[in-house]
Amino acid sequence: KYVCVFDKSAFKFSHQQRLFRTSAVSCGQIVQFKLSDIGEGITEVTVKEWYIKEGDSVSQFDSICEVQSDKASVTITSRYDGIIRKLHYNLDEIAYVGKPLVDIEIDASKGIAPEEDVVETPPMSHEEHTHQEIKGHKTLATPAVRRLAMENNIKLSEVVGTGKDNRILKEDILNYLAKQTGAILPPSPKGEIIPPLPKSETVPAAPKDKARKIPLPVSRPLVFSGKDKTEPITGFHKAMVKTMSAALKIPHFGYCDEIDLTQLVQLREELKPLAQIRGVKLSFMPFFIKVRCAAEHCMEYLCRICQNLASHNIGVAMDTEQGLIVPNVKNVQVCSVFEIASELNRLQALGSAGQLGTNDLTGGTFTLSNIGTIGGTYTKPVILPPEVAIGALGKIQVLPRFNGKGEVFKAQIMNVSWSADHRIIDGATMARFSNLWKSYLENPASMLLDLK
Amino acid sequence: MVFQSSLKTCLQLSCILRTPKAGFRSSSGGLIIQSVSNDVYQNLAVEDWIHDHMNLENRQVLFLWRNSPAVVIGRHQNPWQECNLRLLRQKNIKLARRRSGGGTVYHDLGNINLTFFTTRKKYERMENLKLVVKALKALCPQLDVHVTDRYDILLDRQYKISGTAAKLGRTTAYHHCTLLCNADKFVLSSVLKSPYKGLKSNATPSVPASVKNLFEEDPSLTCEMLLDAIAEEYATRHQTDHQITLINPADETVLPGINNKTKELQTWDWVYGKTPKFSVSTCFNIAYKDSVLDVKVDMDVKHGRIEGCNIDLPEQWLPPALCSELVKNLTGSKFCPNETTTLATTLLRVCPQDDDLHSRWNLLCENMIMLM
Repeated sequence: KYVCVFDKSAFKFSHQQRLFRTSAVSCGQIVQFKLSDIGEGITEVTVKEWYIKEGDSVSQFDSICEVQSDKASVTITSRYDGIIRKLHYNLDEIAYVGKPLVDIEIDASKGIAPEEDVVETPPMSHEEHTHQEIKGHKTLATPAVRRLAMENNIKLSEVVGTGKDNRILKEDILNYLAKQTGAILPPSPKGEIIPPLPKSETVPAAPKDKARKIPLPVSRPLVFSGKDKTEPITGFHKAMVKTMSAALKIPHFGYCDEIDLTQLVQLREELKPLAQIRGVKLSFMPFFIKVRCAAEHCMEYLCRICQNLASHNIGVAMDTEQGLIVPNVKNVQVCSVFEIASELNRLQALGSAGQLGTNDLTGGTFTLSNIGTIGGTYTKPVILPPEVAIGALGKIQVLPRFNGKGEVFKAQIMNVSWSADHRIIDGATMARFSNLWKSYLENPASMLLDLK
Repeated sequence: MVFQSSLKTCLQLSCILRTPKAGFRSSSGGLIIQSVSNDVYQNLAVEDWIHDHMNLENRQVLFLWRNSPAVVIGRHQNPWQECNLRLLRQKNIKLARRRSGGGTVYHDLGNINLTFFTTRKKYERMENLKLVVKALKALCPQLDVHVTDRYDILLDRQYKISGTAAKLGRTTAYHHCTLLCNADKFVLSSVLKSPYKGLKSNATPSVPASVKNLFEEDPSLTCEMLLDAIAEEYATRHQTDHQITLINPADETVLPGINNKTKELQTWDWVYGKTPKFSVSTCFNIAYKDSVLDVKVDMDVKHGRIEGCNIDLPEQWLPPALCSELVKNLTGSKFCPNETTTLATTLLRVCPQDDDLHSRWNLLCENMIMLM
């Protein structure tokens, strides 16, 4: 064993000379890493979380575990590079200061660090910990960072490290990559920005080839890991898989059409402020929903086959962080357009807050999906069991059309795509229904005759 | 939010740090900074940033901050055990998990937060709290305030007005504490009462205490006054300018990388997923038509997700296949009411279309959701 005593005067340098040579250590020596002093006279702590497990490789300064004592949470970091061979405590066990915490197997080619109290150690003495030397240039980097460099064919010696003791951080790799690919980084007038200050500020240990300034870490991560990740499907997504598989068993047939909403657009513009005064945001959906109901009523046959439903609860597809959810507006047959709009506002607010209840999400009889708000014209929507049909509305586009006099005018065109269960609804019925729906929307005044 | 006090300037943090001699009269530079944001996640991110990036060898920092209503749990705590999550959601009160240890606190604009940053060597909580007490007494000499050996500050020997927590890293450490000036005690006590039964875990439990606002002792006190008094005392102690630098926790140019830290603190995986393993063992009654039935539920939750689940229902109340389908889907799912609601309602689509069945299913699921 080789022990060195250091004083600060030894550290006024800007070169890489090591102060003691690699030792006569046998291959794979196990070192017991003891729990260092926490301060305030504390002698015992509780182990709350392990960041590593037996067999993991660690680098100096990697986090090993989180311990807690008397309202203080302490992150214990590794003093060595090596492989974890033994964890001395399980979760929630009491660990003692000065007693071994983990056993680390240190690599044969590296020397052993002198015994020291981590709390008292000034940063500089960590120079003595051995790291790979590549052509006389030290490269300090964690295994994760080394892996990232390797995956992207980057030589660590070419990367400028901005961490403590010029340790190469993940940000440095990303920065380097950004420069290679010519990606645009946020502007960084060097005068006004503080880079994360390297801890060795008082000792300017600059490697020979480092003439550049410390680059800024990129706040927008560019991910180049190139590795496939497998994630299990859980919970809601699992349930959706089941639903969609059931949906696929339904023989779908599609029917699409184009609706001229020019008049409806105008009508809505007039009604919007009136609804606003009453505290409701009026979109097109309430009209589509109410008219759908009216059309159904007028079509006895369709009404009958939709199982004589007393309540028409029209579901509205909503895109949330989790995915597709379909809350429904209850009893549309007795609601006014305004009431439907108000209810939609409520459901939308709950949907974004993730607070929709079971009642809001069950009992739907038919679904309308306004996919056009995201984009697209025609789609092929999938029926949500146990319903028998679904409608998807494309975006409203301004297109040239011919009017009755053969003149070209600006029309507000929206495409609708219906899918229906062909075991129950035949093509003709669907077509007639769609035409009826279309005619109401194209001539909003006609709604007055039939809307209940 | 910009404060009107003439003692504060909106200098960029970078200026102070690049010219260390400019603001300080001695080598033990004390820097006082105050956040312009009331967002708990942004402010916690500032703490993270300073802890990770600032060199505190020759410098100490005092960070002053306030939050709009939020409940903040300690690093190793269980939010279900500590607060009424349902009430939080209803009232739109945020839930945050900090990186320091300790118990759960309620923040609102009537509460001030102080964070003392030092190197690990200079970590000394008692001194910091004594500084706060000294500042309070200077402001209001008749106040009966003192520091307990549990690092609480008590008013009149019985009411807690401040709680403490700390975080120690490899070379730096911080000690932060709250101080109740004029917080809403009613909301505080209602949100910090957990309605969830049957939870068993090794998470750090909070120690409930009677609280009081300083405002009740002296109605002339405001948060601003407290912040100023403490900043002044700190400045005197560290022989530095009583100059408070305002910082914006959303400014990437001053705090590069801060927005990522803010985002991380808001993720479900951090707030809920970091909860130590726990189990739920409880039962509830379902009243359906003319009968009342007992349902027993056992769940193991790890990383915020349901690892194992068992629902004990009277035989044939629900088709066993359906019940096992629910259990199967809950396993691996987040222990979260929204997730369970969407899961349960989606599963209903592929069930036989029977009103009675649907009602029973909904009743069961709603009760399950209440557990979360």
